Amino acid sequence: MPGKTYVQTRINGEPVDFLAEPRQSLLECLRDVIGLTGSKEGCNDGNCGACTVEMDGRIVTSCLVLGVEAEGSDITTIEGIAEGSELHPVQQAFLENAALQCGICTPGFIVATKALLDHNPDPTEHEIRFWLANNLCRCTGYDKIVRAVQDAASRMQEASA
Amino acid sequence: MHWIDFTSPHSVREAVELLNDANGSARVLAGGTDLLVQLRGGRFDDVNLVVDGKNIPELNEITYDPEGGLTLGAAVPCYRIYGNAAISRAYPGLIDSASLIGGTQIQGRASFGGNLCNSTPSGDSIPAMIAHSAVANIEGPDGHRHVAVEDFCTGPGSNVLGRGEMLVSISFPAPTSGFGANYMRFIPRNEMDIAVAGAGTSVVLDGDTIKSARVALAAVAPTPLYVSAIGDAIAGKPANDDTLAEAGQMAKDAATPITDMRGTIEYRKHLCDVLTRRSLQIAIDRAKENA
Repeated sequence: MPGKTYVQTRINGEPVDFLAEPRQSLLECLRDVIGLTGSKEGCNDGNCGACTVEMDGRIVTSCLVLGVEAEGSDITTIEGIAEGSELHPVQQAFLENAALQCGICTPGFIVATKALLDHNPDPTEHEIRFWLANNLCRCTGYDKIVRAVQDAASRMQEASA
Repeated sequence: MHWIDFTSPHSVREAVELLNDANGSARVLAGGTDLLVQLRGGRFDDVNLVVDGKNIPELNEITYDPEGGLTLGAAVPCYRIYGNAAISRAYPGLIDSASLIGGTQIQGRASFGGNLCNSTPSGDSIPAMIAHSAVANIEGPDGHRHVAVEDFCTGPGSNVLGRGEMLVSISFPAPTSGFGANYMRFIPRNEMDIAVAGAGTSVVLDGDTIKSARVALAAVAPTPLYVSAIGDAIAGKPANDDTLAEAGQMAKDAATPITDMRGTIEYRKHLCDVLTRRSLQIAIDRAKENA
């Protein structure tokens, strides 16, 4: 049985090296090896989106990426969304619109929402719902989340106007 | 997950050697959205080597030329397919599939090549590829061979790939004028589900007459099902409701679905009729725009 693999990445703007067993998912590496526990394990099969991170500019479910596949990639997790103690407008909008209850799905929703608004600053409700279809929430019924995304979009547009 | 080794070769030749030496105990990794779930779920307990395809140039290229057609690397993820303007105009059925597989995160990773090699009857990209007359380009220890996509899958989860063989890319002929295509599926929700049934169709129109057509069905047989008899029957006929009704009835007759938690035999056969008619109508409308 061979040993672990040395993996070099950038995570939240900082160079991060770690040792991964080839069978470990990126999610396991983030949480158990690197200590970034903001990304959550829900289903561990790509359905729930609680482990969503951005990898080389695309959101992915980190449970369906091997840690060793992350070699050379640039990753943003929920820990990299706020600027210091200043919440990102998406985070602020989720708080103020009560778009979370138990909170397990929230990191994934926020990473996915930020990616949506980076790519489409003024999405329709239809576009929001389809973009976030890979993120499940069993508490809110989604309406508050959709309203928070719309609120975040208008905050970000006002800020950049 | 049990222990696996991981290797990331940089050439097809190297990957084929690794697969051949492993003699069935290796799997090629593209997006991983099926493979990692299967490895974790214990379906491939005999697999101890994962061969990553994402550092092999041929598996990650999209090449298109209006004369020669499209070649899609086996590991190209869905978002690169629907993000490509040339493909979306020339190969609309592929865009339909790429846009409805999984959600945004899955589309960031999942590939048509992986969907084909996973070989489930419900694979949403496969009927669309068949409708677009796709050919699988396979490389193995004895060189390369080409297999029509409708002949690739041999049963649920099994396909024609032999020892040491891998899917490198999928080629699609350049569409002629008057060509249109579509893929649609039925699921009981709006997204993120596995097809109860699906239909991929294409037509070439000459005015209001169907010159040729191809229809393939998802999730209603042990493999994705190409119903060549429909194309034979409706070629030369007017593109109208009577012709579509004939095609729908033939799809219903050709389907051999099972009853499971997603639907009954009767329900799925009915869906084949409805989806074939609706999908052909969209293909016809697109063909008219393309005339």
